[in-house]
Amino acid sequence: MTERTIRLDLLARVEGEGALYVKLRSDEIETLEFRIFEPPRFFEALLRGRPATDAPDITSRICGICPVAYVMSASQAVEQALGIAISAEIRALRRLIYCGEWIQSHVLHAAMLHAPDFLGLPDAMEIARAEPDLVRTALRLKKLGNTLMEVIGGRAVHPVNTRVGGFHRAPDADRIAELVPELEWGAGAARDMALAFSRFAFPDDEADYTFVSLVNPDEYPILEGRIGSNRGLDIGIEAFSGAIRESQVAHSNALHAHLADGAPYMVGPLARYANNHDRLPEACRRTAREAGLGPVERNPFKSILVRMIEVQFACLEALRLAQSYVAPSPACIEAPPRAGEGFGCTEAPRGICHHGYVLDEDGTIVSARIVPPTSQNQPQIEADLARVVLSSLDLDDDALRQRCEQAIRNYDPCISCATHFLKLTVDRA
Amino acid sequence: MPDPRPAFSLFIGVGHPFRRDDAVGPWLAERLAQAGCRALAHTGDGADLVGCFGMATDILIADTTQSGAPPGHIRLIDARAAPLPDRTFRNSTHELGLAFAIETARALGLLPRSLWVLGIEGQDFGFGETLSPAVARAAEARVDWLLERHDGPARGRQPPPGPRAGKAAP
Repeated sequence: MTERTIRLDLLARVEGEGALYVKLRSDEIETLEFRIFEPPRFFEALLRGRPATDAPDITSRICGICPVAYVMSASQAVEQALGIAISAEIRALRRLIYCGEWIQSHVLHAAMLHAPDFLGLPDAMEIARAEPDLVRTALRLKKLGNTLMEVIGGRAVHPVNTRVGGFHRAPDADRIAELVPELEWGAGAARDMALAFSRFAFPDDEADYTFVSLVNPDEYPILEGRIGSNRGLDIGIEAFSGAIRESQVAHSNALHAHLADGAPYMVGPLARYANNHDRLPEACRRTAREAGLGPVERNPFKSILVRMIEVQFACLEALRLAQSYVAPSPACIEAPPRAGEGFGCTEAPRGICHHGYVLDEDGTIVSARIVPPTSQNQPQIEADLARVVLSSLDLDDDALRQRCEQAIRNYDPCISCATHFLKLTVDRA
Repeated sequence: MPDPRPAFSLFIGVGHPFRRDDAVGPWLAERLAQAGCRALAHTGDGADLVGCFGMATDILIADTTQSGAPPGHIRLIDARAAPLPDRTFRNSTHELGLAFAIETARALGLLPRSLWVLGIEGQDFGFGETLSPAVARAAEARVDWLLERHDGPARGRQPPPGPRAGKAAP
């Protein structure tokens, strides 16, 4: 009987701090633990007793990569509780700033953090030497996303111009119009990058995932929709807590989420794409076809392609919104405080981000529940790792460790969000 | 410490204002901006920092180091001449920090004409807005040195740059 241990003590190129421990005995997995040891941050407790209008600004601090997701989900939830109905112009401006977050987050991960795995490069520092044109394009795309967030949100990280009910101030139309030429360039650049990445040698891997995402009959979902899956889940966002169960595990500071029947599920780009492929513009579906993707993609390593297709989509959608921009007036819909309960659910770059708040009659938060995407993906990440380890036993420990890291990066996990990520230990006992 | 008397027209203070000694870069940026220097605070996102290298031909960046040296220890590095030493400057969680920005800019031919990095050894990177006493003393002692080397156009008193910088220890 042989034993083998693979340890990865600190995962690189992910957001936050985590580790992986795998113990094998006679080529069977005895233990596999994806450990998130970043300390819990207790945001939900921090919110209790504070004005509901503080929720977007406080929860945006959960993450420096996807603050808009927290702002929007929190704002929606509070607005529902207070009975606020936002205008079509405010909704369009929210979708526009969210496109900026998708662009900068997806490009950072796909081009700078995940692509080195496929190029055989040890880290992001090497990629500029090996692929300078790729990095020039990626930096320009990321700057485009940041600029969108600055123009609308006041700054690229943790926006200051967003609030419950809308915005503190509507951006001037000429500032939005200035974005158009770069968005036109960005859509083409993202398509070219997706096609270039499609020539990577992808590991042969596939799984029968349960894909969970927002589903919207009218558009590729970012801000709103019902929560649906490829296995018949179809619920309003208020029913989330009944359909999704969170539980603690000893080896992680982040809660694990499962479907009510205990099964793991996947959120994020592959899920959005599978559940909403028909709502992508034809230009994006053409890019997907030319990149070798069908309407559903089950190889998690090809998530890098879907991310770039979503960047193309975000550029095209932002272009459409910028060209039709009408400054919302008023920029914000006000409402007096009242007791109530509200829910918000939007598509963060990594998947659905669900918020629920109960308010008292003064508009003070009585209870808060926030379920970020990486918490939801953790059990599926462990299932993926088990499958990848068992199919890669012929690899030496270093190669297996690298393959496991790559499999984790398929999810662009945000550990800071999940704790509100990676040491890898493989023990071949 | 070698004193090659670098001149700069743009000062960039890298760090997080709420992580104690990590705020020494933004703290210096605020002091220099108040004195009329062209100075900005930056959170240290390497991918974004590369873009800042096109803002001036002579740049000096200040950042906290974490090398095991005594708190407040100063390093001055000619970043055009050689890469930053490994594991000296703190990285962002995505590992795309200052070293990434400099090496990416070097590979892409985007380094400014001169690029100096002032490293100040930190002691405490916990949550908080105050610098450790030794780090605050080292930063304060470096302000005049920096003002003497600023040769860019004075822009008058500016608002505090970027996020609120850390405070010196009482």
